[in-house]
Formats: sequence, structure tokens, C-alpha cells
Amino acid sequence: MNGIIEGKITAVKQHNNREEKSQILQAKAGRWERILVILRKSKARFIPEILVERLLMLSAVVSIMALLLISVFIFSRGVPLIASVGLGDFLFSLEWKPIQGKFGIGAMFVGSLLLTSASLAWAVPLGLLTAIFMAEIAPPPVGRIMTRMVSLLAGIPSVVYGFFGLVIIVPLIRNYLGGTGMSVLAGAIILGIMILPTIINISRDAIQAVPLVYKESSLALGASHYQTIGRLILPAASSGIITAVVLAMGRAIGETMAVVMVTGNAAIIPDSLLAPLRTMTSNIVLEMGYAAGDHQAALFATGAILFIFILLLNLLLNFIRRAGKRYAGN
Amino acid sequence: MPGTRIGEKALTCLLYLSALIIIGILLAIVGYIVYKGLAMINLDFIMQAPRRAGKEGGISSTIVGTLYLTVLSLAIAAPLGVGTAIHLEEYAQKESYFAYLVTLTAETLAAIPSIIYGLFGFVFFVIYLKLGWSIWSGSLTLAIMVWPTITRTAQEAILSVPREYRENSLALGASKWQTIRKIVIPAAIPGIVTGMILALGRAIGETAAVLLTAGTSLGMPLSPADPARSMSVHLYMLAMEGLSMERAFGTAFLIIILLLFINYLANRSMSLLSHNGG
Repeated sequence: MNGIIEGKITAVKQHNNREEKSQILQAKAGRWERILVILRKSKARFIPEILVERLLMLSAVVSIMALLLISVFIFSRGVPLIASVGLGDFLFSLEWKPIQGKFGIGAMFVGSLLLTSASLAWAVPLGLLTAIFMAEIAPPPVGRIMTRMVSLLAGIPSVVYGFFGLVIIVPLIRNYLGGTGMSVLAGAIILGIMILPTIINISRDAIQAVPLVYKESSLALGASHYQTIGRLILPAASSGIITAVVLAMGRAIGETMAVVMVTGNAAIIPDSLLAPLRTMTSNIVLEMGYAAGDHQAALFATGAILFIFILLLNLLLNFIRRAGKRYAGN
Repeated sequence: MPGTRIGEKALTCLLYLSALIIIGILLAIVGYIVYKGLAMINLDFIMQAPRRAGKEGGISSTIVGTLYLTVLSLAIAAPLGVGTAIHLEEYAQKESYFAYLVTLTAETLAAIPSIIYGLFGFVFFVIYLKLGWSIWSGSLTLAIMVWPTITRTAQEAILSVPREYRENSLALGASKWQTIRKIVIPAAIPGIVTGMILALGRAIGETAAVLLTAGTSLGMPLSPADPARSMSVHLYMLAMEGLSMERAFGTAFLIIILLLFINYLANRSMSLLSHNGG
């Protein structure tokens, strides 16, 4: 506090100094100069403040511009190709032969959806059970350790997950289940592990946010702890849990490196869990290095489809959040 | 019905089991990579340049590339992210359209997959702005990627500074910016630093976006205009092209250790926040 007061005193001194100087100036100067001096004096205190405010606002504007630029550049590269091929053909044709000018991402589109659902299928139940354990069952120190571990799991980069899948999961599948090991199953296992932290963290927060009064009332009425969890806490936390699943879905569908490394990347619709598949993201990262012309445009178009998917998921999230608020309000 | 005694016992077992599976997965991944990678680590591996496309030699140039990319991207994103957070929490009207727009932007940017950032960085920085495959292109792309992380953590940190601090400072005659600079930011600094550390972690691990914007050159990057290969891109190339699995394990080990250290730092700075915030 002393520092501020001292600063204030020096500011006052400087101000007095300035006033003396400006009086001398005024005496010397003509009419216009006098007006200028008055203007400068009256605004001197405010200009830096306004400048700072504008600069801070600018940084926020830069971020909006970044998002606009991303949308413009992805769509302007991709949309013309989709228009010339036709949206239906582009999305659903199974023929991806860039050299012959055949751009159908049907197999990759199905591949992305298939892999995402397969990984959600096991990661959502496991993640939800873990979240219930952390929020309701675990003693506080155990809960804290689990929180640390989940945040570590979230911090491991996707390329390391992919590498782990390549050296452990793929050989295991090859040796025990057959095939090359590069498969839907390997992808679903690795991708599931990667989205676990998202599911656990967000549904745990939602469960912990349920008012304690609800729980106490239910217990006081003679319900067991598990009855309370099943009939009261989970329904009350449902919008948060759905949010967790949708966010996890977004992560899974956009994930690239881990998927590329373990799924084999054949551009066909897989006929079993042990068959290889290629996702939209893999398609981009595998071919971007050498693609040119229409081929490159087709990869941007793939990105545009993925982008639209993510935007739709975001809209859905906003909708869930609003519905959740209304539900809580009643 | 699950209300019976046996049912409840079984449920408890199931819940414990799922927690054990999560711990098991983490230990398996970290343990295996540390176990296999440790054998590879020595001074030569860290200090020597890669030879024969990474089949031999060390990974020195990729370490330098990673450092360059992360530091530069953080230097770009930190002022922008913290500035945005200050604007949103201290200046903008809470219900204004602009504040809503900025929050929506942050949410959307956080949800965009890294491969889309890679595509954008490639067409905008590499081609349109003619920066080529370079550390500049990579860092600028990474900066946009980590911007939401920095903004959100800084926002929470600023929000946690008690109202009274600001009121006291303003009552003593300090201006708004003086109050922010001398009172609010110092009180929120642990949270702001935590956000930057988290952003650092994301930037180190990022692969797809860096691959498309900074290139895969194995040469030692000298200036930010040079192309560079980061450690994570190097790991991808080594593993996918089967060049050298030992060196891939060594690289993965270094990445994991770096991230464990970063996680530890983030936890430390977060606990600083909870000590002085209350």
C-alpha cells in the first residue's frame, strides 16, 4: 500500500511541475497553442487508460479474427471441390482414387463414425463408473490421487498413445486374435483410453455439483447409498454427463496421430473388428505431404466436413447446457 | 433389484475395479515407455545430431526444434491470452454481445481438432503468407491452438481475486489500469502461470499441426525462418517408418519425462494460488 501512496505523491509532484511548465508555455504561446496545451492537460491522465483498454480489447478481437480466418481458409479451399463432385457423392462414394480424380470419402466417413462409436462404447461406461467412484465412494485422499492420475493421463500426447498402441496393443491383437493387428479394435482401445480423462473429469464435476441436500434427504428417507446414486444423483447430473460424452465424441472424431499409427489406414469399410480402417483425419495427415491440385483440395474438403461436424457438436453442447439450466431451474 | 446386500457388494467391487483399471492403464503406459526408453538415454542421444534420417545418432536438432516452437508459440499466445482474459473479466460488460462472442470463440477454438489447425496453418502461414515450412508457421499455428487454454485459466485466476482488493486500491486513488497491474495481476499470477504451463505441455505434445506447418527437416534450426522437426513429429516418423524403434522409445521417454515435470510444475503453481487466494 505504501508504494501506491508514494506513487501518488510523486504523481502529484510531477503534475505540479507540469503545471508550472505549461504556464510558462501558455505565456509564450499563441491562441492555438494555448488550446492545444489545455487539451493535452485535460486528457493526459486518460489517454494511457484508454490505450490499455483498447489494446486489451484488440487481443480479444485477434482471437475472433483467427477463428474467422480458419473458417474462411478451410472452406474456401474445400467447398469448391465438394460443389464440383456433389455433396452426396463426396460423402458417400466409396471410391477414393485421387490419381484418377475420384474423390469419395464414404469409407473414411464411415470409418470415423465407426471408430468413434466403438471407443465410446467401452470408455463411457468405464469412465462413468470411475467418476462415481471418485465422487461418491473413494476416501478423499484416494480421490485426490485419482484426480492427479487422470490429469496425467490427459497430459500424455496423442503421438505417445499411438506409439504405445503400435508397440503393445497391435502385437497383442496380432498374436492372440489374428490378422495384422492394425485394426478397428486397436484404434478403439487407444482412442477409448484417450477420451477417458474427458469423460471422468466432466462427469465427476457434474456428480459433485449435485446439492448435498438432495443426497441427505434421500438417505434420511431410508434409501441406500446406491439407490440414492442411481435414482437421484445420476439423473440430477445427467446434463453434465451428456456434456462429457459429447465432448469425448468431439475429441475422438478429431483425433489424428494415435489413430493413424494403429488402424492400418486402408480406405475400405471394415467388415470386422480385426480389419483395418481409415478415418477422415488419417486421410488428411497421410496424404497432405504429397497432394497437389484437386487432390489437395479434396483433403481440405475432408477437413471442412470434419470442421462442420465439430461445429454441430458444439451447437449441441450449448443446447444441452441451456436445457440443463432450465431443468435445474425447475 | 440392486437394493439387496449382494447386489450392493457387487457394485462396490465394480466401482473399485474400474478405478483400478484406470490406474493400471496409466502405469502400464508410463511404466513401459520409461522401462524401454531409459536404456536409450545417454548424453550422446541428447547431444548428437540425427544421422541417416534418424536411424543413427541422437535427436539434438529435434530437441532444439521443440524448444524453439514451444517458447515462440507461448511468447505469442501468452500476451494475447492474458490480455483477452483481463479484457473479459475487468473491462467488458458481462452480458454484452462482444463478451459472448469472445467466449464462444474460445470454446470453438478449444474444440477444433489439431489436424484442422494444421490444414489452416499450412494454407495460411505456409502458403498465403509465404512463411514456408518454418518455425514461424509452426509457432503461430500452435499459438492459436493454446490461446483458449491460457485465456480460460487466466480468467479463472482473475475471477478468484477478491473484490475488496480492487475496491481498496481504487479507493486509494489508483486508476483502473494501475489497480489491475499492481493488485489484480500479482494476486492472480499463480493461476496465469499454471495456464501457461498447461499450454506448454500441449505445445510440446502436438504433432499433427506441427507436421503440416513446421515440416520434417532434420537439420539444426538456427533462425525461426528455418524448418524444424519437433520431438513428437520425430517419434511419429521413427515409429511409422520403422526407422529405429530404440530411438523412438528414447524420444517417447524424453517427451513423457518432460510432460511429467510440466504436470508437477502446474500442480505446484496451482497450490500457490489456493494458498494466497483465500
